[in-house]
Amino acid sequence: MSAQLALDVRNLSVSFPMRGRDADGRRRRLLAVDDVSFSVARGKTLGIVGESGSGKTTAAMAVARLVPKMAGSIIIDGTDFGALDTEALRRARQRVQIIFQDPYSSLNPRLRAADIVREPLIYAGATSRTEQDRIIDELFEAVGLRPEQKALFPHQFSGGQRQRIGIARALSTRPSLIICDEPVSALDVAVQAQILNLLKSLQAQFGLTYLFISHDLGVVQHMCDDIAVMYMGQFMEYANRESFFAAPRHPYSEALLDAVPTIEVGAQATGGKLVDGAIPDLTKPQTGCRFASRCPHVAAGCEDSVPLLDVWPGTSDHQLACYRAAEFAAS
Amino acid sequence: MASAERSTPRVTEELVATAQHPAREMLTMFVGNRAAMVASIILMAIVLAAIFGPMLHPVDPFEMVWAPFTPPGQDGFVLGTDYLGRDMLAALLNGGRVSLTIGLVAALMSVFIGISFGALAGFYRGVVEEILMRITEFFQVLPTLLFSMVIVALFGASLEVVTIAIGIVSWTAVARITRAEFLRIRELEYVTASRAAGASNITLITRVILPNALPPIIVQAALMVGSAILFEAGLAFLGLSDPNVVSWGQIIGSNRPYILDASFTVTIPGLAIFVTVLSISLIGDGLNDALNPKLRAR
Repeated sequence: MSAQLALDVRNLSVSFPMRGRDADGRRRRLLAVDDVSFSVARGKTLGIVGESGSGKTTAAMAVARLVPKMAGSIIIDGTDFGALDTEALRRARQRVQIIFQDPYSSLNPRLRAADIVREPLIYAGATSRTEQDRIIDELFEAVGLRPEQKALFPHQFSGGQRQRIGIARALSTRPSLIICDEPVSALDVAVQAQILNLLKSLQAQFGLTYLFISHDLGVVQHMCDDIAVMYMGQFMEYANRESFFAAPRHPYSEALLDAVPTIEVGAQATGGKLVDGAIPDLTKPQTGCRFASRCPHVAAGCEDSVPLLDVWPGTSDHQLACYRAAEFAAS
Repeated sequence: MASAERSTPRVTEELVATAQHPAREMLTMFVGNRAAMVASIILMAIVLAAIFGPMLHPVDPFEMVWAPFTPPGQDGFVLGTDYLGRDMLAALLNGGRVSLTIGLVAALMSVFIGISFGALAGFYRGVVEEILMRITEFFQVLPTLLFSMVIVALFGASLEVVTIAIGIVSWTAVARITRAEFLRIRELEYVTASRAAGASNITLITRVILPNALPPIIVQAALMVGSAILFEAGLAFLGLSDPNVVSWGQIIGSNRPYILDASFTVTIPGLAIFVTVLSISLIGDGLNDALNPKLRAR
């Protein structure tokens, strides 16, 4: 089982130090990611959705070992990536690459397109210059850029083309895992579709594994095999795509789906129960369900202890973190 | 896959045609700046005069060659003679060599110290930043002229000590600029991308962030050559410079008592300093405009 997993994350927690101390005199910390576990099979895509500040990007950056302090284990292709440090970590970094959100700040303005793609190969070592040139040619072709564009600088490309360079860079070391951190949310809609289709065709071509971060459920539905819904540092729901979109049952997931704008006449009148209420303060320990303060179905007991992910009755792997899941299943 | 992916590149053919290296774009911008170009030509003339002048006019600037206070143009002395009857032209050419060298070396030195402090502070943050920036602030609040006078007084008025003294008191601006640029750039995604690709901290500092932080540092360095020349002139005027070499400031300082009798002995080296520093400032301004992408878009 674990041999086919490109990524297996267990009990990942990330917290950031804050200014000031709490009542016990300890340094205040913001718990951005609280004990989440997930895995991605090789060649598959896991989508993590959630609103701004839900911790989805932090979780992904922790997987790439780009946040300073974290707890939990990160197994990539059977090796314990989470336990590596300094030199060993630096050498292993080529196994996980990132496609960034903003194609304007993610490319070094002083490097030519070809050298941007070459950079990871140089750090990884072990390839000769001619070998690198061959890989670069191949990748430029694969992402739909022309050979003569290799000598251009980032500012001479459009947003979509820049994102293609970013994708080629992420592919250059043939990583075991590619983290796509909102790869299309900075692009306009027509270009979004091109880039998403490119990501899909590259996945088929090279057998890539994606960890796909997004707030856009439409994009996630198009791209992902499994979907995890994150809220305030924890997973609320974790299911495969069919099961999730057939019946998202966590109140937060429903709220997310309701928030997707539609063009149907009258749709807004019936649906669209916009959730209000305050979000919890993550610098304090959580005593109950994080969504309780905003949940339309909140009941007695929801705020007393933290609900854990549990398989939804009647499915094999559709997990929910909600005390009232059984009631929803019955209805 | 090709058909869908190839829908964009029509535009790029024009892009390829107009493709320009950023450095060349910068040069075009700089050449278009008339003040900076004129200043460059003047400065180049001054530098050439300082390098080759003493060879073409091989007169010892310390030797008494004629009657004191010979006005410029008289008796074959283009710029006249000073209070000891020494050739002013020889003094000016030799002094230019010294002043420019001190300016350049002191500026390089303060750029080196400033970049080291600023880069480490901006990159590592935390305790390192606290310590380095407190040291920077310490040097910043010291009265610069007084401090450099103390150094020269303690270690003797040789050319090296004067240069070092100027370098030591003027690096703080570079440190602050470098730190600010590092703080900005280290958060950009391409730095994260390089780190995720396996770049070491040293690579990140020297190969990824520093090249992108350089433009404002270059401008500051150019301006600093000018201020170092001024500073040296100030020290020399106060008599705190190497008595065995001529510099522009030293000419002014030694002829100071005779400013009313033979004002040209003070005015000529003063003009030399003025023109040189002004040219350097204008070049610095031109560099600033050329290196600043926001202005370039206009």
